[in-house]
Amino acid sequence: MTAIYKRELRSYFITPIGYIFAGMFLAVSGLLFSWLVLSADNSGAYSYAKISNYFVYLLFVFSVLIPLLTMKLLSEEKKQKTEQLLLTSPVSLTGVVIAKYLAALTIFAATLLINSLNYILLYIYGNPNAAVILSNILGLFLIGASFIAIGLFLSSVTENQLIAAVSSIAVIVALLLISLLADTIEKEFFRVILKWFSVIDRYAPFTLGYFDIPAIIYFVSFTAVFLFLTVRVYEKRRWS
Amino acid sequence: MVEISHLSKNYGDKKAVNDISFSVEEGEIMGFLGPNGAGKSTTLNILTGFLSATSGSAKIDGIDILEQPLEAKRLIGFLPEIPPLYPDMTVAEYMNFCYELKGCKLPRKQHLHEIGEVVKIADVNKRLIKNLSKGYRQRVGIAQALIGNPKVLIFDEPTIGLDPKQIIEIRNLIKHLGKNHTVILSTHILPEVQAVCDRIVIINKGRIVANEKTENLVNAVDGTRRLVAKIVGPEEQVLQLLRSTQGVKFADKLGRRDTDSVSYLIESQENVDIRKPLFYALARASYPLIGLEGDELNLEDIFMRLVDPQKKEKTEKRRRNASQAPEAGKRSGEKQ
Repeated sequence: MTAIYKRELRSYFITPIGYIFAGMFLAVSGLLFSWLVLSADNSGAYSYAKISNYFVYLLFVFSVLIPLLTMKLLSEEKKQKTEQLLLTSPVSLTGVVIAKYLAALTIFAATLLINSLNYILLYIYGNPNAAVILSNILGLFLIGASFIAIGLFLSSVTENQLIAAVSSIAVIVALLLISLLADTIEKEFFRVILKWFSVIDRYAPFTLGYFDIPAIIYFVSFTAVFLFLTVRVYEKRRWS
Repeated sequence: MVEISHLSKNYGDKKAVNDISFSVEEGEIMGFLGPNGAGKSTTLNILTGFLSATSGSAKIDGIDILEQPLEAKRLIGFLPEIPPLYPDMTVAEYMNFCYELKGCKLPRKQHLHEIGEVVKIADVNKRLIKNLSKGYRQRVGIAQALIGNPKVLIFDEPTIGLDPKQIIEIRNLIKHLGKNHTVILSTHILPEVQAVCDRIVIINKGRIVANEKTENLVNAVDGTRRLVAKIVGPEEQVLQLLRSTQGVKFADKLGRRDTDSVSYLIESQENVDIRKPLFYALARASYPLIGLEGDELNLEDIFMRLVDPQKKEKTEKRRRNASQAPEAGKRSGEKQ
């Protein structure tokens, strides 16, 4: 399992994908950050709101960048026929899937951590609420972790990287937009269900500096479900 | 060492493998032979745990691949039809990756070095796999299977796409490995199994049609032996004499004629050596025998008969025609 994890991590930096992901993430988030900070005025409450906006914008950046990380994880193994090596080695199927997942998660978490250096600047010029920043970082991490699980799952059902990437972007954008859609729906019943699935609604407490336990459980189980489904895809292929 | 019993695999309605059973003894090199699409790869993929069987079981050294997959997989080195290589890794990186992947406990440097020596890839250690020639890739694939010194080695068409020199090298390598390992070698190239294997299992349309020691297989299918004799003398009389000789089942002129001799195709009855009676009969009649060649059935014939019994007669006829008129025979052979 560690062998797969290490190989995957390494391959992010042999191919340009790791650099593209980290570079684009930091560049776009840096741009958004400076734009929002510069355009913020001095009235305290308002600038918090701005920072929260920044975090929501980042989610849309994720929708494009995270599929970059996940698109080739399993699809390429299938295309190169190397999955035969992995699946006939003394490693469990769950082990393979988790190793792949952790590799993508590591790159994502490392980039997110580097990105967090931005917030230090805020302390030079003001006195931001540390809880807001920390909870936002945690929220972003959890959302990213669930998006990676979606991407990994979609990568397991195709052997074409492009299809994996495009379908991941579509699913993630759909998840982000659900809350906008939900607001316009009249029927209470559908609205509640859509709200329940809405990532942004789940994320909202984090933007206010609130460590929302149910939301944490929601994202962790969201991730677990998609990892489980990925394992099932392989199980099913083995038996059919 | 390897035991497959009543194994079946369905892909939807299609039965890729249909109730096959065979076993491979320790230290044996088994040839797994069949036309393309016969179910060879499916069987091997089940045996290595890549696929699951619809019914039946596969055991490696008594360990069921389905019940204890990790333990069973540890005993197997597998080279799939397409070697599972990562093009963006160097050979050394790849070998180290496989070493870790398989959780190998042998001393790493020494073990990998030994494998490199055996399969002769030491000189490409630092090169990227995507830049290697097909022969080298195949060898890296074999090297990967050897990591951890597994008891059972399974090679799925290891010589496909190689040039004749590489084919011979790989065959010799497999023969060499067979001394210390149990080997299953799948192929559709007949001389390959003849050259390498102790035993042959032939599969066709998902069923086993033969499971014999290599040397027995010829006799098992057809005990008759064929001879091609060059005899000097009047054709009709010689032919009559040949037909009346004891033990001869069939004799006929072949088209080939030299200045003074004519070639004849002679088939003996089962398990009878007719060479001596033939010689004396011809000597008594003073028709000099100036050439005698064995025209034994080779695996190709056996194979054709086993996988398609209806064709047996056709093949038979074709052989005779081919012998009589080599050029015409070739043409008719092409048609079929």
